[in-house]
Amino acid sequence: MRPKNAQIVEIVRETANVRTLRFDLDLDPVPGQYLMVWVRGVDEVPMSISHQNGITVQQVGEATKAIFDLEVGDSLGLRGPLGNGFTLTGKRILLVGGGVGAAPLALLGEEACERGMEVTALLGFRCCDDLLFRERFERIGELVITTDDGSEGICGRASAGLSCLDLREFDQIYLCGPEPMMADFIGRCPGMETKIQASIDRYFKCGMGICGSCCIDPAGIRVCVEGPVIRADRLAGTEFGRYRRGPSGLKK
Amino acid sequence: MDNPVILAAGILGTTGASLRRAALSGAGCVVTKSVGSIPRDGHRGPTVVQVEGGLLNAMGLPNPSYANFQQEIDIGREGEAPVVASIFGSGPQEFVEVAEGLDADGFELNLSCPHAERYGAEIGCEACNVEAITRAVKKSVDVPVWVKLTPNVADVVGLGLAAQRGGADGVVAINTLKAMAIDVESGRPILGNRFGGLSGPAIKPVAVRCVFDLAGALDIPVIGVGGISCWQDAAEMIMAGAAGVQVGTALRNPEGYGIFRSIAEGLSIYLDRKEMTLKELRGMARRFS
Repeated sequence: MRPKNAQIVEIVRETANVRTLRFDLDLDPVPGQYLMVWVRGVDEVPMSISHQNGITVQQVGEATKAIFDLEVGDSLGLRGPLGNGFTLTGKRILLVGGGVGAAPLALLGEEACERGMEVTALLGFRCCDDLLFRERFERIGELVITTDDGSEGICGRASAGLSCLDLREFDQIYLCGPEPMMADFIGRCPGMETKIQASIDRYFKCGMGICGSCCIDPAGIRVCVEGPVIRADRLAGTEFGRYRRGPSGLKK
Repeated sequence: MDNPVILAAGILGTTGASLRRAALSGAGCVVTKSVGSIPRDGHRGPTVVQVEGGLLNAMGLPNPSYANFQQEIDIGREGEAPVVASIFGSGPQEFVEVAEGLDADGFELNLSCPHAERYGAEIGCEACNVEAITRAVKKSVDVPVWVKLTPNVADVVGLGLAAQRGGADGVVAINTLKAMAIDVESGRPILGNRFGGLSGPAIKPVAVRCVFDLAGALDIPVIGVGGISCWQDAAEMIMAGAAGVQVGTALRNPEGYGIFRSIAEGLSIYLDRKEMTLKELRGMARRFS
């Protein structure tokens, strides 16, 4: 499909460098799916979906900076929703998020709650000022917060919150956050890999499984169409947590 | 080659892992993403957009450079199909530098990419350049050399003959057709590079015609590419005179990597039904001219 025009109807400043943009169209996503967001004249970048009609953006580079310069009434070009999102299963689920990775998990948790599932969220942030979607998570279940500096909740990385959770109680665990955090978390759950779904970030160009820029070694998994959500057992022994490729294909 | 179905250049060819997966999924041969002399990030996005009948792309030759690519070829070879390195340069010297820097089972000279300044079709639309570059690379390597041709010229056969004079072992036709799409909401060209190349079902009839003309004029094999997405398309291209077929855009179809096996098996069943060999099928349409 050609990019759909989406007009911005609302901009919410979530934290100092995270904003939510709401559009004039319903995206109807499966939580965990993404959009290719065309900032006209700048670039096209993948973004995960945080609301039925919106995305939550952290300013990290040129394209996201350009998104921050947009105002209500401006528009973007959207392709998607694309890729395979999270699969909801079981009665009790755990959401584990780091930073802006909380965004798709909030949408997932809300759908799980509607389906009558028991939802627990473990979210890690750098400090209390970076907290994202606290009310959304509190509304749907139990929330455990960690901060690197201890300014809110438990002091430490998200994995520090494991001390107050019994992972065996959960039928399924959903991860979204910085890759080192997700790899560390999976490493702490030996034998549970088939119960863990992780949302993977790679450099996407085409978003349709042909250009190869997002393929994961050694099996050549095309993250843009086979992911971005991938079960943790498929990630064992891969580049996940060790390296990734940039736009030229060089490892970094 | 027993299996004439080949992964086309530029598709899932950035990593050894995806090349190997294509080979293990039934490709008879795989061609890498085009590799040059220095790392390139490629054009800004959008780099690909779906249009009527296919895809429009302007990737901009992203690649990690030949110095960082040998390990990907080596991993690709674990799929036990030949790995052909697609290479590009701005002239004979740069082509030779890249070719000599890589150990591959063959080379495909990208003289046809329609959206990169100083490279691809910008030099490959002149027969004298095609001949000189082919000759230079042939002199420097001892594996087969194919030349991928641009259809964006008045006389594609002239380019094919130039490749043949330069010593090419085969030509590959066609690269994408120069094309453009404009966003109606804003009036902007959609591709970051503004212009790009059209691939997919829309260009298949153009490719069939080019292959037919080339096969009629050249003594070296012609490999057909452009819009092939099923065994019937492959059969048609072979009937036009192709010795093999490459598949690219169709990798986006739901069957993904499985398309190689489905085309190869479909073709094999068809040949059995017709009690024909691949060789007998090749160029069959010429009987009626």
